[in-house]
Amino acid sequence: MVEQSAERLTAQQLLDEPGAPVIVFDKVQLAFDDKMVLKDLSFTLLKGHTKIILGASGSGKSTALKIITGLLRADAGVVWVNGQRVDQLTERQMMSVRNDLGMIFQEGALFDSLTVRENVGYKLYEETNMPIAEVDKRVEEVLGFVGLREYLHRMPSELSGGQRRRVAIARAMAFKPRILLYDEATTGLDPITATTVDDEIIKLRDLESVSSIVVTHQLRDAFYVATHMAKPGPGGAVRIVPATPEKEREAEFIMLRDGLICFEGDADALRRSTDPYIQTFLS
Amino acid sequence: MLSLLDRWLKRAALEVQEYVRLLGTTANSVFTPPFYRHDVVEQFDAIGVQSLTVVLLTGFFTGAALASQSGLTLDKFGARPVVGQLVSASMIKELGPVLTALMLTGRIGSGIAAELGSMMVTDQINALRALGTDPIRKLVVPRVLAGFLMAPLLTIVSDFVGILGGWIVARFQLQVSSSIYWSSVTKALYTQDVWQGLIKPFVLGFVIVTIACHVGLRTSGGTQGVGKATTVSVVAGSVAVIAVDFFVTQILVATIY
Repeated sequence: MVEQSAERLTAQQLLDEPGAPVIVFDKVQLAFDDKMVLKDLSFTLLKGHTKIILGASGSGKSTALKIITGLLRADAGVVWVNGQRVDQLTERQMMSVRNDLGMIFQEGALFDSLTVRENVGYKLYEETNMPIAEVDKRVEEVLGFVGLREYLHRMPSELSGGQRRRVAIARAMAFKPRILLYDEATTGLDPITATTVDDEIIKLRDLESVSSIVVTHQLRDAFYVATHMAKPGPGGAVRIVPATPEKEREAEFIMLRDGLICFEGDADALRRSTDPYIQTFLS
Repeated sequence: MLSLLDRWLKRAALEVQEYVRLLGTTANSVFTPPFYRHDVVEQFDAIGVQSLTVVLLTGFFTGAALASQSGLTLDKFGARPVVGQLVSASMIKELGPVLTALMLTGRIGSGIAAELGSMMVTDQINALRALGTDPIRKLVVPRVLAGFLMAPLLTIVSDFVGILGGWIVARFQLQVSSSIYWSSVTKALYTQDVWQGLIKPFVLGFVIVTIACHVGLRTSGGTQGVGKATTVSVVAGSVAVIAVDFFVTQILVATIY
């Protein structure tokens, strides 16, 4: 009986189910000239979960994110995003897939000739027919979410490193994508500023039900995101508190080494790993 | 030595292939939506209106110098009154289009390569793509349209102020009367010359901007890469202007005269 009702579900309904796979990497390979960057990389991101990809510089972390968004094309293997196979799509076909994907680049990659308002509302202003008044409202809403409402008319050059990353997060979430990809969002930031960025990642995951992939080599930030959760408090305030064991299990770690996964598991398993490479990485 | 040549040839072939691909994608994007009209208007201003000063100055002084130099030569043959013919023919057929194109290469070719190059190395181009915008439609098409359509207009302005510069020298330095100068200006002009002077800048404007966009979008290697891209854009653009001018001249001479 259960099987019959499951059969009747459409692909979209299946994807809307909690725990549905939203990103699937199956034996993905990519080489730049003679250098193999990704060798048979396979993993699955479940709906509402966080996948934290760790690894040294050049291990292929950012490359994996660029393959998901179609900025790079894999040489071999299969990539699924929201139930759609994307590894063979043309640039034009990828545009519809990107409507549900937000990416935060290293250093923010804000458009330096546009104001914060124009950056955050870029996609809504340029790529949708949403009325300007509604776009402005949404821009103020997301800037309020990242605590930068008063910076609406500043230029990116007038912002600090942490503020730039938070504006980048606001830009990526403005069009309400269900998946967010963070590429070294805290690299180069001091620990206090990095925590404000981590808090935004946690809030988006727990309050907006966004599935996310966090690429980083900052262990402190990786564990903070995995072991904390956002809780709505009284008066609309949001508190970041230690995660429950169930919530902690929704954050899974992957460690890449030379384009291959050398570890996959939760924060506890990572801490307990006896692998010498992981031990060195964690120390 | 052979492998070095081999590598160089492969790199050159790759550049040509990517340039041709850019041309194809741009041509397709000009006629199919989405269009970014606001960016087109912005580029018409940046490439056309803002280049006016440099084009005016270049055209004026070129015409004036040409009149001054040719006056001395023409004197040897007692032909000083025909200085207007020489200035107008030279400006309209050759100097106007080529010098305007060279000025545009220096001003907008370098600007486009630096702007797009910076956007490449700071991931802004990738951010555009990730946000669902095709960089060719958003960045290349407006610039190509502006370059293609504004270069002829700027050339016409340059031709006019060049002839005006020539008149000032002819009138006040060479003591040629205004009526003789202006009548000789029009006497030497044939419809074919005017066509030649009008067709060339379309081609040159297109070449300058597409080279700059191609170089800008192929930039890598941080700020050093941006500097290199800017230099390459200006050098390649300038050489291309001279070379393309030669070939277009050959084609036009063979077809319209």
